[in-house]
Amino acid sequence: MTDQRSQAEIVRNSLKHRYRKERRFRLYGILAIFIALASLFTLFADIISKGYTGFVKTTITLDVTLDSEMMYLDDPTDEDQRSMADFVAPIIAALQEQVPEANSAGEKRELGRFLGTFAASEVRDLLIKNPDLLNTTQTIEFPAHDRVSVYVKHADNPRYSIQLSEQQQRWVDELLEKGVIDTSFNDVLFSRGDSREPANAGVLGAIVGSLLTMLVTLAISFPMGIAAAVYLEEFAPQNKLTDFIEVNINNLAAVPSIIFGLLGLAVFINLFGMPRSVPVVGGLVLSLMTLPTIIISSRAAIKSVPPSVREAAEGVGASKMQVVLHHVVPLAMPGMLTGSIIGMAQALGETAPLLLIGMVAFIVDVPDGFFSSATVLPVQVYLWASSSEQGFVELASAAIMVLLTFMISMNALAIWLRKRLERRW
Amino acid sequence: MQTANLLPLVLVLAVVAYGLAYMRSRAVAAPLGGIRNLKALPFYYAARAALWCAIPALIVLAVWAGFEGKVIQGIVIASLPQDTWPESAGQASLILSQISNVAAGSLDPEFVPEHIAGAASLLEAMQDKSGNFKAILVVLIAVLGATFAWTRVAPHINARKNVETTLRRIFFVCAALAVLTTAGIVFSVFLETVRFFDRVPITEFLFGTSWSPQTALRVDQVGSEGAFGVIPLFTGTLLISAIALLVAVPVGLMSAIYLSEYASKRMRSTIKPVLEMLAGIPTVVYGFFAALTVAPFIRDLAAIVGLEASSQSALAAGLVMGIMIVPFVSSLSDDVISAVPQTMRDASLALGATQSETMKKVIIPAALPGIIGSILLAASRAIGETMIVVMAAGLAANLTANPLESVTTVTVQIATLLVGDQEFDSAKTLSAFALGLLLFIVTLLLNVLALKIVRKYREQYD
Repeated sequence: MTDQRSQAEIVRNSLKHRYRKERRFRLYGILAIFIALASLFTLFADIISKGYTGFVKTTITLDVTLDSEMMYLDDPTDEDQRSMADFVAPIIAALQEQVPEANSAGEKRELGRFLGTFAASEVRDLLIKNPDLLNTTQTIEFPAHDRVSVYVKHADNPRYSIQLSEQQQRWVDELLEKGVIDTSFNDVLFSRGDSREPANAGVLGAIVGSLLTMLVTLAISFPMGIAAAVYLEEFAPQNKLTDFIEVNINNLAAVPSIIFGLLGLAVFINLFGMPRSVPVVGGLVLSLMTLPTIIISSRAAIKSVPPSVREAAEGVGASKMQVVLHHVVPLAMPGMLTGSIIGMAQALGETAPLLLIGMVAFIVDVPDGFFSSATVLPVQVYLWASSSEQGFVELASAAIMVLLTFMISMNALAIWLRKRLERRW
Repeated sequence: MQTANLLPLVLVLAVVAYGLAYMRSRAVAAPLGGIRNLKALPFYYAARAALWCAIPALIVLAVWAGFEGKVIQGIVIASLPQDTWPESAGQASLILSQISNVAAGSLDPEFVPEHIAGAASLLEAMQDKSGNFKAILVVLIAVLGATFAWTRVAPHINARKNVETTLRRIFFVCAALAVLTTAGIVFSVFLETVRFFDRVPITEFLFGTSWSPQTALRVDQVGSEGAFGVIPLFTGTLLISAIALLVAVPVGLMSAIYLSEYASKRMRSTIKPVLEMLAGIPTVVYGFFAALTVAPFIRDLAAIVGLEASSQSALAAGLVMGIMIVPFVSSLSDDVISAVPQTMRDASLALGATQSETMKKVIIPAALPGIIGSILLAASRAIGETMIVVMAAGLAANLTANPLESVTTVTVQIATLLVGDQEFDSAKTLSAFALGLLLFIVTLLLNVLALKIVRKYREQYD
């Protein structure tokens, strides 16, 4: 008896300790989830806080008198004259009008540093398009130089270093007050390709490049993935070859993506002599990478079609191919589509293999075909993030936001499709 | 004609063949008293004509387009005067790019030696000829195929069987492509690796402790031997992966346990997809985060404590990579924990164990193989991950175990060695392929092992 009581006593005494352990264990679980969610939140918050300024551009709007004497230019249609002309002088004169205190040659030069590198070519292009504007006064909007932009947008941010003298800062403040320097929505970001200067760089080239690459990937991996899944689920005989193919597909799904880049480099570029940095090669490499994902999800979708459907079709005399193409594949299509969209979203975010096949080149023009040099959104993020100019950091974050928007909408579409179309038997 | 234009042309021809064969089959059937007297529906005769038209033509097109560049290059090189023949592959590619620049009009023929200009015009002529011949051949084959199928539209021929067999074969080829991809990876990487081991002995590669792949541009250059010892790269990779796993395993495992055992159904169904988002974010975004936010933060933090951290510390890359692979651990662990039979839980609880005791003493030991499998898969992900380390880890191959120092990894070296133009016969370029083969083998072993463990475990409870 005493023995038993002491047993119960021991249990009772240990309970407090054991319950404490239980609570601690539960706390660890909550903590782990909290850490994961907090990291995700920090990641998003960090990117948004760094990148929202990327959607804002700093401009200098001036009434420029396109004085022919000042530019040494009588005839804007004459190419020889144009190459000798000074298109910056009238802009600086107009700026100086706004900052009367900058008189000396040195101070004027300082003012000139406010302008982006392409200010002169903007005036030139305007005159080429419209030679009659010579000797008139025009209101023109110029992109401000990166250092002005950084000062206007990030004066209080310790991460950025201001590269303007105190005098220049005073002038910029003055111009801001007058409304000559102003900020507005950065339409350049969505209407241009890459540039050496942040004020002129945009993601349009990368978006088009991504789109072309994804089209190639989709055109190859979607039909092939479905065909392979149909073969393996419906037609493949139970033999060693089928097993071997299955093992291969499962292993390919876990091969590091950079290895596919090596394959693309060695086979498509080196062996077949295809050009570098073009969407076709990028799409081929990405489709090899996406295929296993699509095959695996398509097989799951085919497997979920109940055998009664197949038996009913066979019962009324359909051939095996007719059963598959008329009944099984249409019924499995929502699941196949969902898997394919998720695979495409992965391919859209992939960077490493594209580095190896040369899609990291600096490309200014928006690509106009499957065989023109291009880059893609994630690679553009990489290029900007590793650039030394300060203005590119916010552009990289802005590009990340664009990329994530695309990916989230693709995934949302997949979820919507699954909810909408998937049938449960 | 360009391949890009021929492809739609062949497809248009196939559609035409489809239409013609369809009409012909109806015409053949009409005097017999309708299509029910045919062996197959008109659709099948038409589909067979389209297949006969497109498939042989597309195969010829693919083979031609794949090899025409190389063949023309070979002919052009062979046409050069004997004394100007290139001595190495590097020289050959230099001459070829010069020739193609002249041919494309971006280089004035007056600035190059006469034999180059001659070769350029030959190249142009050859490309023209090849393009024309290719177009004629492809169209001819397409028309011939369609004609053959056209003649075979007859009531006694069962076109459905032909079409179904062909489709089945096409499906098989698509499935077999996975094997072809694997073979492509192995052979392309393996061949270059063999060439690399001609230059650098395999023992030096596997056991050397210094890595600096700079090779001499001139023979007499000083200190440019190049060292290809993979040990520092491997320790760097292991260091970063170990840090990542130190983050991912506890966080992933505990979240999986909490979600599968404690959380309400609603909490589970909202938190699980959010956790899985971590795996869906592009790695370049993590790289950006690691390089521009976490690394400076760690450096500043270390400075406050009085330590010196590199601005490309292994710790930053490892921590961020750890966050990325949390879902790989948590999803699979969640699955295996849920797969442990409910009876085992009930038995343990009935004996008076608390939930956490049940978890630690019963469920986890039962699910351990599956959990280990998930950790191995996460490890293989971490070893093969490229963008985070390219952006946040360094380039210098330091042999160190200090997470605050900068290390480099196998993937970083592959990426940096192969970005931009490279000569395909230098040890520097080839070493990237050797690294790739090593990476492929290591990740493959990890995956096979993980899948084997998981499968064995599943059989146990099924």
